[in-house]
Amino acid sequence: MATQDTTPIITVDHVSMRFNLAKEKQESLKEYFVALTHGGVRFDEFFALSDVSFAIMPGDFYGLIGLNGSGKSTLLKIISGVYKPSAGKVTVRGTIAPLIELGAGFDMDLTARENIYLNGTVLGYTPKYITSKFDEIVAFSELEEFLDVPLKNYSSGMVARLAFAVATMTKPDILIADEILSVGDFLFQQKCEARMAELMSGGTTVILVSHSIEQIERMCNKVAWLDHGHLRRNGLTADITPEYRHFDKTESIPADKPE
Amino acid sequence: MQTIKNNLQAFWRYRYLLQNLITRDFKLKYRRSALGVAWSVLNPLLTCLVMVAVFGSLFNSRGNGIENFAVFLIIGQLMFNFFREGTSMAMESVLKNAPLLRKIYIPKYIFPVEKVCFALVNCLFSMLALAIVMLVTWTPIAPTFLLSVYPLAMLAVFSLGVGLLLSSWYVFFRDVMHMWEVFCTLLAYGSAIFYDPSQMTGMVQTIIRINPLYWYITSLRSCLLWGDGLTPNMLLIDFLCAAISLLVGLWAFRKNQDKFVLYM
Ligand SMILES: Nc1ncnc2c1ncn2[C@@H]1O[C@H](COP(=O)(O)OP(=O)(O)O)[C@@H](O)[C@H]1O
Ligand SMILES: [Mg+2]
Repeated sequence: MATQDTTPIITVDHVSMRFNLAKEKQESLKEYFVALTHGGVRFDEFFALSDVSFAIMPGDFYGLIGLNGSGKSTLLKIISGVYKPSAGKVTVRGTIAPLIELGAGFDMDLTARENIYLNGTVLGYTPKYITSKFDEIVAFSELEEFLDVPLKNYSSGMVARLAFAVATMTKPDILIADEILSVGDFLFQQKCEARMAELMSGGTTVILVSHSIEQIERMCNKVAWLDHGHLRRNGLTADITPEYRHFDKTESIPADKPE
Repeated sequence: MQTIKNNLQAFWRYRYLLQNLITRDFKLKYRRSALGVAWSVLNPLLTCLVMVAVFGSLFNSRGNGIENFAVFLIIGQLMFNFFREGTSMAMESVLKNAPLLRKIYIPKYIFPVEKVCFALVNCLFSMLALAIVMLVTWTPIAPTFLLSVYPLAMLAVFSLGVGLLLSSWYVFFRDVMHMWEVFCTLLAYGSAIFYDPSQMTGMVQTIIRINPLYWYITSLRSCLLWGDGLTPNMLLIDFLCAAISLLVGLWAFRKNQDKFVLYM
C-alpha cells in the first residue's frame, strides 16, 4: 500500500468544546452588568464535546451519528475551522469545501448568479475560474430560470441545491455535509448521493451527518457515534449501526460540566 | 514577522473576495434606484448646497470670514462622512456576515477592511462633487493637491483601526451601535466642518485640536484649498493617530475573534 494512505487526512486530537448556554449571551450592556452582579457571567457552562479523539483516512466516507444535541454540528464546525476548540487540536491535510448545512451561507438579497461568484471568491477562486465552472453549477442545481432572482424568493430546497452545487464546484479534498440531504425532494437526494460517490471515487474524503441510518449504512464505510459530547464508539459501519439502532436513551452518558 | 507575512499572503488570496464584496455593496446600495451610482456624486453635492445655503445665509456669522466657504465646507463634510460611514459599516460588518462565517473559515478582518474600502470608494466618487464645487467657485488648483493622497490614506487607516475595535465590541454588545451614532453626532460638531476653530474661544480650540478628525480635515484643506501643503505637525499627527488606532484595533480584534462565532 502507498504510504499516504496510512496518514490520516483529519486528526481529531483530544478535542473539547465548552459553551455558555444561549441565555448567557449578553447582547446589551445592561444584561451584561446584571449578569456580573449576579455572581459572574459564566455559571452555566457545559461541554458540547468532551475529549474526542479519532482519525479519518483519505478516501473514507465517514458518518457521524448521535441524537439531537450530541455535538455533531459542533464537531464539523471545529473540523472546518469555523470554531476554535476550547482544548485539543484538529489537524487537516487538504482543502475543505464549505460546510453544507441548512440555511447555507448565502446573501439572501443577492441573486443566485451573484451568490455563486461571491461564494466562489470566498473559497479563493478567481472570477475567471468561477466563470468556467458556472454552467456546470447551474446545470447541477437546475435553477436556470431563477438565476437572476434574489435568493429570498427561493424555497429552502432550492437554496440547498445551490449550496450543494457551489460546494462541489471543484473536487475538494474534504467535503462536509450536515443533514443537507433531509431537505429537497428524493430526486435531488439521489443526485447528491451520486455526486458524493463520484467525488469519493475521485479521492475526496466525505463526512456526512444524517438521521437516516439506512443512508449512513448505504454510503459510509466508517462511523463515529457521539453521545452528549462523548465519543461513544467509532469504527466500521457494520460494527456500530446495529448497536445504535437499539440504543436506549437511559444508557446515554450525561454531558460534562466544568467543576 | 512570520505572522505578518502569513496575514499578507492570506490577504492576497482573498483579493477577489474583497473586490466581490465591494461590488456587492454597490449593487445593493443602488439596486432599484433610477439614478444609481450618480447618487454618490449628487448626494454630497446637494448636501453641500443645503449647508452652504443654511450656514452662508441664515447663520451669516459662521460662514463669514471663511474664504471660499463652499469648498471649505464640502471638504470637511467629505472627510467626516468617510469616517462615519467607514466606521459604522465596519462595526456591523462582522455580525452581518454571520451566515458566511458560520459556514467556512475566512479571516474575519476581511469584512471591516472591505467596509472601509467601500467607504473610500464612495468618498472618491464624492470627490467628483468636490471637483464640481471647485470648478463652479473658480477655485485655483494648487500643485499641492497631489499631497491630498496622504491625509486620505491616513484617515482610511485611522478609520480601519476604529472600525476593527468597534466591530469586535459590537459582536458582544449591540448597544455600541447606538452609542457610536450619538458620539459621531457630537464629533461632527467638534471637527471644524462648517466653522473655523480660530473663531472659537481658547478652551474650545484646545478640544478641537485633540480631535484627530480635525487634523485630517485641515490637512486636506491645506493641500486642496489653501495650497500650503502639509506642515510637519500635520504629517506627524496624521500618521501617529492612524498608527495608534490601527494597533489598538488589531489588538482588540485579534484578542476576541475566536469568540465571535459563538455570539452570532
Ligand atoms: N453557539 C453555541 N452556543 C451555546 N451552545 C451551543 C452553541 N452551538 C451549539 N450549542 C449546544 O451544543 C450542543 C451540541 O449541539 P450541536 O453540535 O448542534 O448538536 P447536533 O448537531 O448533534 O444536533 C447542544 O446542546 C447545543 O445547544
Ligand atoms: Mg446539527
